[in-house]
Amino acid sequence: MSSPVYRFFEWLDARLEPVRERAPRVPVPEPVRQRWQQGGRLWRRLGPLRYLVAAGLMALIPPLMERGWFPILNGTYGQTVLFNTGYWILLTLGLGVVVGLAGLLDLGYVAFFLLGSYTTALMTHSGAPGQFHFVEWPTWAALPFALIVAMVAGVAIGLPTLRLRGDYLAIVTLGFHEIMLEVMNNLGITNGPRGIPAIPTPSISIGSFHYDFGLNPAPYWWFLLIPAIILAVIMVQRLDGSRVGRYWTAIREDEVAASAMGVPIVKMKVLAFVIGASTSGIAGWIYATNVTFIDPTSFPLLLSVLVLCSVVIGGLGSIGGAVLGAILVQAVPEAVRQLSGGNTLFGFDPLTGRIAIFGAVLIIVMIYRPGGLLAARRRRTEMVTPGPESGVVVDDASATEQEVAPADDVHSAGGRST
Amino acid sequence: MTALLEVEDVTMEFGGLRALSEVTFAIDKGEIFGLIGPNGAGKTTLFNSITGVYPPTRGRIVFAGRPITGLRPDRIVQLGICRTFQQIRLFPFMTALENVMVGVDARHRTSVPGALLHLPRFKREEAEGEARALELLHYVGIGRFANELAANLSYGDQRRLEIARALGTGPSLLLLDEPAAGMNPAEKNALRDLIRKIRDSGITVLLIEHDMRVVMGLSDRVAVLDHGVLIAEGRPESVQRDPKVIQAYLGTGAAGDGEAATGEAG
Ligand SMILES: Nc1ncnc2c1ncn2[C@@H]1O[C@H](COP(=O)(O)OP(=O)(O)OP(=O)(O)O)[C@@H](O)[C@H]1O
Ligand SMILES: [Mg+2]
Repeated sequence: MSSPVYRFFEWLDARLEPVRERAPRVPVPEPVRQRWQQGGRLWRRLGPLRYLVAAGLMALIPPLMERGWFPILNGTYGQTVLFNTGYWILLTLGLGVVVGLAGLLDLGYVAFFLLGSYTTALMTHSGAPGQFHFVEWPTWAALPFALIVAMVAGVAIGLPTLRLRGDYLAIVTLGFHEIMLEVMNNLGITNGPRGIPAIPTPSISIGSFHYDFGLNPAPYWWFLLIPAIILAVIMVQRLDGSRVGRYWTAIREDEVAASAMGVPIVKMKVLAFVIGASTSGIAGWIYATNVTFIDPTSFPLLLSVLVLCSVVIGGLGSIGGAVLGAILVQAVPEAVRQLSGGNTLFGFDPLTGRIAIFGAVLIIVMIYRPGGLLAARRRRTEMVTPGPESGVVVDDASATEQEVAPADDVHSAGGRST
Repeated sequence: MTALLEVEDVTMEFGGLRALSEVTFAIDKGEIFGLIGPNGAGKTTLFNSITGVYPPTRGRIVFAGRPITGLRPDRIVQLGICRTFQQIRLFPFMTALENVMVGVDARHRTSVPGALLHLPRFKREEAEGEARALELLHYVGIGRFANELAANLSYGDQRRLEIARALGTGPSLLLLDEPAAGMNPAEKNALRDLIRKIRDSGITVLLIEHDMRVVMGLSDRVAVLDHGVLIAEGRPESVQRDPKVIQAYLGTGAAGDGEAATGEAG
């Protein structure tokens, strides 16, 4: 096995591994938590300051784009791609909590995004007066509600379904997304398939400074996304480095053992669902106010699959992975399309054809690098080495010797909590 | 002496199979209670019923005066019962220290707000949890492997880690499911000392063990299960001489301690 692809991943591993190599084994000189931390030492030493640095670097992108530093993505077009990548990072971070940290397969994640968007549309003076909304609040006022509705939906769908085992969860979430689409398609207040137009954009006035976010793709949209992304990153990292994150890891690695150690399994899973839904709801608000027109076709099932793609290709359980995934799914296809000058590429339109390409990329990544390109170290170890639970039988070494159907605590445990 | 755990008429059926039938016994506070029986006798099943993995088909389990039948496993841990597994079930890709921290976390209350805002309680609990976990690793004798992945530890050390993790939850009743299985004689001796030390620290121990030397040497009282039926209970010396017990062991052909102990490893 030393194909070029394999060697490339080896090379990538060599880049990513140095911290682990240096990690001292015995005794414990530094808190052991740091074993799994991401990013270089220098970056870590910055402490909370690194979020400011990251925000600063992100803020530099639009001006650099204007100067033509990014060869293909420039001008208005570049800003649009930047925006798309930005809200996509939010979605990937959120689904990353569900899939990457809690280890749950959610195939209908975009349903929460849809709910965030529709909540925004229905609570602001969108459409014609007296149409398509419950109340006519300012755009900003709808933001907390987009968040809350998505989170409540997370609880509502999570509580009954998270008692189910993996495969069922995937199906139920897929169904939930489809149901949401049907509801939006058939309700009067959402204007059915015709969608809701004229969703007002937010505006900011601080003292003499006034800015009205318009369809105008000025970099301000990006400046709106920066704090949202940074906050989401802080949220994910802090949860991951706490009791909550430890519990998620424990559930992922051995659910039966986790529950025997006092981990409230269903509660922790619902929590992951709700946390994931929260960034999705915020992303929905930003998206709806940016595009100003939403209809059910803005949220196809395929979108859920694409977010999952960007989580899985980018890498499970890591911030860098989420960003990389979003860039690969949103920015790269756009860049390729721009590069091809609108022509088809090997008979594909690069943007719609990306699905086929992702399929191929996904397979290659899964073969050579299960867990994704920049997966968190622990996730990569988990993926490569089979855990003990792969043997299914829980605690009955004797069961097979007793000529009785093999005892299966795992299923009993699952059935029990139902 | 007051009974810490009372098992009353517990019956467990899996389809047509009766794994436990009307098992009744009580464990006193501060004792080491041995549970023995041939392979497939229902010992692990009893652990699973006590810890809430599955509620018994019939019967009642009372812990410290409180019925716990049918409670969720995590609730039972909160009340002060924790267990180890016969087939080791650690979190393989967490370090030894992290494994124990998961156990210690059962005593903590930090949730999302505390973690997000790094509230004082979060910081205190993280620091305390880490210190307590490290202390427990030293307590069971594997402190030097704190930073090692659980999957990389030797078999005997993994068993110790399971005990440390369970102790982390701060139990008043510790259930050990064949802790000596797969250990060499030196490790078994150390384990015996450890179990005594745990009992002396005030924790009641319910011990399943095939190695007769270990279980008879340690236990204050012993109960014998055979085909789901409790056939004997009492002081180790009298149980050993009980004809029904001898019959049960000889009858299944799994008599010798050596045989039973090695038969487990796989
Ligand atoms: N979840 C289950 N479903 C069906 N049968 C089960 C289940 N758990 C245990 N059994 C059966 O119950 C009986 C008792 O099993 P148990 O594991 O409790 O025995 P044990 O005394 O622990 O044996 P050993 O000494 O080999 O560990 C066995 O026949 C086993 O096959
Ligand atoms: Mg057993």
